[in-house]
Amino acid sequence: MVDQTRYSELKVNSSRYWLILGVLAILAGAGLVAAHHMDVEGHHVSGMNNQVAWGLPHVFAIFLIIAASGALNIASLSSVFGKLNYQPLARLSAIVSIALLVGGLAILLLDLGRPDRLIVAITYYNFKSIFAWNIILYSGFIVVVAAYLWLMMERRMHAYSKPAGIVALIWRLVLTTGTGSIFGFLVAREAYDTAVLAPMFIVMSFAFGLAVFILLLMASFKLDKRVLGDCHLQRLRNLLGIFTAAIFYFVLLFHITKLYGTQNHGVEYFLLVDGGIYTALFWLFQIGAGNLLPLLLIYLPALKQSRKSLVLACCLVIVGAFAQLYVIIIGGQAYPLNIFPGYEVSSSFYDGVIGEYTPSIWELMLGLGGFAMSIIIVFMIMRILPVTPEILPDDQASEISS
Amino acid sequence: MPAGGSRRNFLKASAAIASVFVAPGVMLYQTSIARSPDQAVDSTVRWGMLIDTNAMTEADVDKCVSACQREHGWKSTGKPTDTQWIRKLDLLDLETGYKKSLPMMCQHCEDPPCVAVCPTGASFKRADGIVLVNKHTCIGCRYCMLACPYKARSFIHENLTDQLAVAPRGKGTVESCTLCVHRIDRDGVNAVPACAEAVNSANRKPMVFGDLNDPNSEISKRLAKLGAKKLRADLGLNPGIRYQGL
Repeated sequence: MVDQTRYSELKVNSSRYWLILGVLAILAGAGLVAAHHMDVEGHHVSGMNNQVAWGLPHVFAIFLIIAASGALNIASLSSVFGKLNYQPLARLSAIVSIALLVGGLAILLLDLGRPDRLIVAITYYNFKSIFAWNIILYSGFIVVVAAYLWLMMERRMHAYSKPAGIVALIWRLVLTTGTGSIFGFLVAREAYDTAVLAPMFIVMSFAFGLAVFILLLMASFKLDKRVLGDCHLQRLRNLLGIFTAAIFYFVLLFHITKLYGTQNHGVEYFLLVDGGIYTALFWLFQIGAGNLLPLLLIYLPALKQSRKSLVLACCLVIVGAFAQLYVIIIGGQAYPLNIFPGYEVSSSFYDGVIGEYTPSIWELMLGLGGFAMSIIIVFMIMRILPVTPEILPDDQASEISS
Repeated sequence: MPAGGSRRNFLKASAAIASVFVAPGVMLYQTSIARSPDQAVDSTVRWGMLIDTNAMTEADVDKCVSACQREHGWKSTGKPTDTQWIRKLDLLDLETGYKKSLPMMCQHCEDPPCVAVCPTGASFKRADGIVLVNKHTCIGCRYCMLACPYKARSFIHENLTDQLAVAPRGKGTVESCTLCVHRIDRDGVNAVPACAEAVNSANRKPMVFGDLNDPNSEISKRLAKLGAKKLRADLGLNPGIRYQGL
């Protein structure tokens, strides 16, 4: 069906808008300063070490990368699955998707020990490495989504947006599978080494990407004083609820699978009972604040019509996302390798003990900088391209659905 | 001239002549078994090391670590960011109280996970089985460190000065035991890695380095006779470092 929605560039000029952009620019700048500092001084200024080699920057980067994949859901629902209610938001969904991926990739690149060797990373490929595949999947994703966006925006080419949407959908499912497999393929580490991580990352991407998308949608409409009908938010709210519940299911499945094998009882005890910061993050922030509380905010009848409860639910899903990725990425490394089963092992290289990791301010700056850069890109593109519906009232939505 | 003096002179002359002819022969032999720098390694050889943990004392293991530090110019002050190419692992059997120390380093796997996961191929295995990092193409992503089941890899977290020619190390890249590849390329089958050299002596040899593919090599014979353990054998990586006495 031909898209009847009228789109226009953001015209907001309020001091509030520029203040937000200013803060984001400072954060992005601080991220670059941090990256430069880590590059010049070496990673000893970060909290990362030879036990926990991937730290907070990777939590931010992987959050943004999988959220990028999930943010495209809205476009896929409209082009691929014919849910025309979502059509007016499809362009914005593609923009958010590209922007989040760019921010995530920037963090990954700037955290490298040798970021100056970017040219090596894109000219030397080891095709057995899931990481190398991801470099191709990530850069290809930007091209695919950009083409998809153009086909959606150019009315003469609109007919081709469906096949492009299908390609983009498959591409992002493969991409998130690849990202989950970065950990799933690591047979050496007990906290990883399971295929369930791939579908779990896909479901995580759906929820995380949608949470970021809803917040950006509400913020931009509010800043530009555009009408955003409740029925649109209601649909997104329901989707977020389903995806959040699905994450809970996969987390349950992950731990039950691990607990079934006696050899994994140690790592499970660490994550669920005795892991200090990781256990606290898991129960309080991932499960409590990130899963259960958003579900209450989304589904409690008294709160169902409240926009504030939706905003809070989105924020909590994002908080839960960071907690979950922190536990997976850093908790998984902190738990010691079991090279000599049956022995208690010790060494000056921290064998047999929980790896210590405290993120440094530089890592936080780099991570926040990448996130800020993503949001700046979204606002910039919304200002120069007609991707935002001028008005999204409830009645228009009901007309489309009828 | 007395007969004794003539005999002594004859023996001296013979020894001189012999050494003139034999020495180049020995030199030539040494050169022939070593590889020239432009000659590629091949897979007829697979270098490995057998570590007899029963024959090694704690002091021996410390000697291994110090020798490696001297050979390659790395040091560890105990910080979690410090590099360790080889380390002393202390094992304690909680059931019996049995204690043991052993040296732990890159296991030079036949199917190394670090090589499989490296995005640029910087982590690679030579045809002769030695697993190395190409310092020109390592981008410092540290994925190999997550993949290694033996915690053998270190990341260089700080600026370095005064590196040694045999160990080109640099900030922002990953490194690990090279099995003293510079010695192997120089000395061929006669090579002995620095750690083994530090603990072996004329009357005891707890660390045997050699060609696992050659059934007549000392390492193969000892493996055939007494067997040995591959660490994390369940992963099927077939490491080139083997341990006896575990």
